[in-house]
Amino acid sequence: MNENFNYKMELTEEQAAILHGSKGETMAKVMKTLVLYGDAFGAPKMVPVTSKMGHLVTSFGLGVMKPVYELMDTLIDGGAISGQKFSVDPKPLDKNVPSDFLKNFVFNKFMYSVQDEYDAQLKKLGLVDSKAYTCTCYMDEVGNKPNKGDVLSWAESSAVVYANSVLGAKCNRNSGIIELFGSIVGFVPYFGLLTEEGRKATWIVEVKTTKKPEAQILGSAIGMKVMEDVPFVKGLDKWIGTELDGDTCAYLKDFGAATASNGAVGLYHIENLTPEAVEQGESIIADGAKTYVIDDAELERVYKNYPVMWADKNATPKLCFVGCPHLSLAQLKEWTDNVANGLKKNGLSKVSIPTVFTAAPGVIEQFNKTPYAAKLKATGVVLSYICPLMYMNNPLAKKMPVITNSNKLRTYTTSRYYKSEEILAIITKGVK
Amino acid sequence: MKQFKGRPVVAGKCTAEALVSHSGFNTLASFQSALQYGEIPILGSKYKNTECGDQNNKDLFGKPMLNKALCLPQTIGSTTGGMVLYCAKALGKSPSCLLFSEHIDSLAAAGAVLSAVWTDSPMPVVDCLGQEFLDAVKDGDKITVAEDGTVTIG
Repeated sequence: MNENFNYKMELTEEQAAILHGSKGETMAKVMKTLVLYGDAFGAPKMVPVTSKMGHLVTSFGLGVMKPVYELMDTLIDGGAISGQKFSVDPKPLDKNVPSDFLKNFVFNKFMYSVQDEYDAQLKKLGLVDSKAYTCTCYMDEVGNKPNKGDVLSWAESSAVVYANSVLGAKCNRNSGIIELFGSIVGFVPYFGLLTEEGRKATWIVEVKTTKKPEAQILGSAIGMKVMEDVPFVKGLDKWIGTELDGDTCAYLKDFGAATASNGAVGLYHIENLTPEAVEQGESIIADGAKTYVIDDAELERVYKNYPVMWADKNATPKLCFVGCPHLSLAQLKEWTDNVANGLKKNGLSKVSIPTVFTAAPGVIEQFNKTPYAAKLKATGVVLSYICPLMYMNNPLAKKMPVITNSNKLRTYTTSRYYKSEEILAIITKGVK
Repeated sequence: MKQFKGRPVVAGKCTAEALVSHSGFNTLASFQSALQYGEIPILGSKYKNTECGDQNNKDLFGKPMLNKALCLPQTIGSTTGGMVLYCAKALGKSPSCLLFSEHIDSLAAAGAVLSAVWTDSPMPVVDCLGQEFLDAVKDGDKITVAEDGTVTIG
C-alpha cells in the first residue's frame, strides 16, 4: 500500500508503517493525505499532536456536501477514528432563533437535511459530547483549552488564531477534514506556524489612536493589510492592559476573529501582553518587517469602506446578531446590563428589533444559573448556541436586512456591520 | 505562445480555457451558491456551470468556473475552503485545474490533496508560476498544463 508513493519528508518508522498500511487501507490514505499536504510546504517531518483535544470546523449537515459525509463513513468503516476527543463549530439551527415557515422549510428540506446523520457521524468519530458545538471551544465553560506550546490539529480560523496568539499553542490554519486527519493519526506536518521562524512577526503595527480601538475594526484593518502574515502590535497595551484577564481575552477573541476573516492571520503578537511577545520582546520581529500605522482616521477609513450589501440600503433592520465568535460569559453579562440599562433609559421594556445573542452551550448553561438570565429574557433578546453565519447562508436570510457587530459575519454574509455602541443604540432606542 | 514553469503540487495534464482572478480567491464564497443551490429547482438554474458567487471578487463574480483553468494568486477566507474544493471536485463542479501565481496556501493545498487522494480523477494544481503569469493570462486564453508544471498560454 502506497509502496510506489514518492514523498520528500522524513517519516519515523511508526509513521511510515501507517503509510504502508499497518493500520489498514483507510488509515494509510489518511496518512498519505497529510504527507502530501506537508510536502506542499516543504515540511521536513511530522510531529505529534500534543493537545488533549481537537477542534473541527465542519458542524453542518448540508445535504449537498455529500462527498464529505461519504468520506466520514469511509473513515468510520475503516476504523480511522480520532485518537483524541474533539469539539466542533456551532450548530446551524436553533428553533429559538426567529424564523418563519418558508425559512424552516428551506433549512430543513433543502439545506441542513442531513444534520442528524452528520451529528451521529461526529459522535462516532470522537465528538466530546452534545454540548461541544461552539467556535469558542477554548472557553473555561467548554473545556477545550490547550496549554502553551501544545501542537494542535484544529481548524476554525478564529479558534486557531486565538490558540496561537493568546494561549501560545501551535497550530496551522488547517482546512476542514485535514484537521480531523491530524487528530486521527496523531501527527501533523511540521511547517508554518509550528516552527520558530514561522512565528516571527513580519509586520509591525503601531496603534496611535486617541481612544480604545473597536476590536472588530482594528482586527479587520490589520487583517486586510497583512493578509496571512504575522503582525506585532505596538501601542495596544495602552488601551487593553498587560494582563490576559477576562475582558482582555474577550477583546482579543473578537480582534483575532476579524484579523482571520478579513485577512488570513493565524497568529498575532501584542507587545507586553501575549505570551511570546512578553517572553521574546522585539526579538520576535523578523528582519525587514514592514510597518503599518493605525490612527483614528485609518480606523474610520476602514469602517466607512465596508460595503452595504442590502438591496435597500435604508431598510429597517429585521434581525440583529451579537456573538460571532460566540460571546464569553462576561460579555454576555455586560451586554445584558447594557441592553437593560439602555431600554430603561429610553422608557422601553423590549428590544426594538429581534435580537439574538450567541454563545457556547456551556457558557449559556452557566449564564442561566445567574440572575442575568431572567434580566436578559425580560429584554426580549434571544440567547442561542447557533452559528449566525450558517443561519445567514441561505437565499432567504440573504435578502433580510440583518445587523451585527461582527466583522466576520459581515465578511461572509450580507449582514451590515455596526460598532457595538451603535448596535446597542439601535436595539434599545429604535431603528436607525 | 507563452510558457511558464511552476511547481506541480498535484501533477497532471489538461487543456482548458483560462479564468483569471487577480485578487485572493475566496473558495467558500465562490463555490457556496453553486454547491448549495445547484440542485434546487428554480434557485439552481443560474449555477449550472458553477458560476462564481463571491460578490467581492470583481474579476469572477457571476462567471462560470466549471472546467476552466482557474488562474489565481492564492485562496483566502474560511477554513472550510479545502473541504469545499474537495466537494466541488467530487461532485463534478470544479475547474479543470488550479494555477497559482504564488506559493499555494494551506487551505487550497488541503483541497488539492484531498481531491488527489480521495477522488478518482485528480485535478492538476500548479503553484509558484509568478506574477508575470498572472499579468500575462487573460480570460478565454487557451491553457495547456503539462505533468512537470509547465503552463502554456495560447
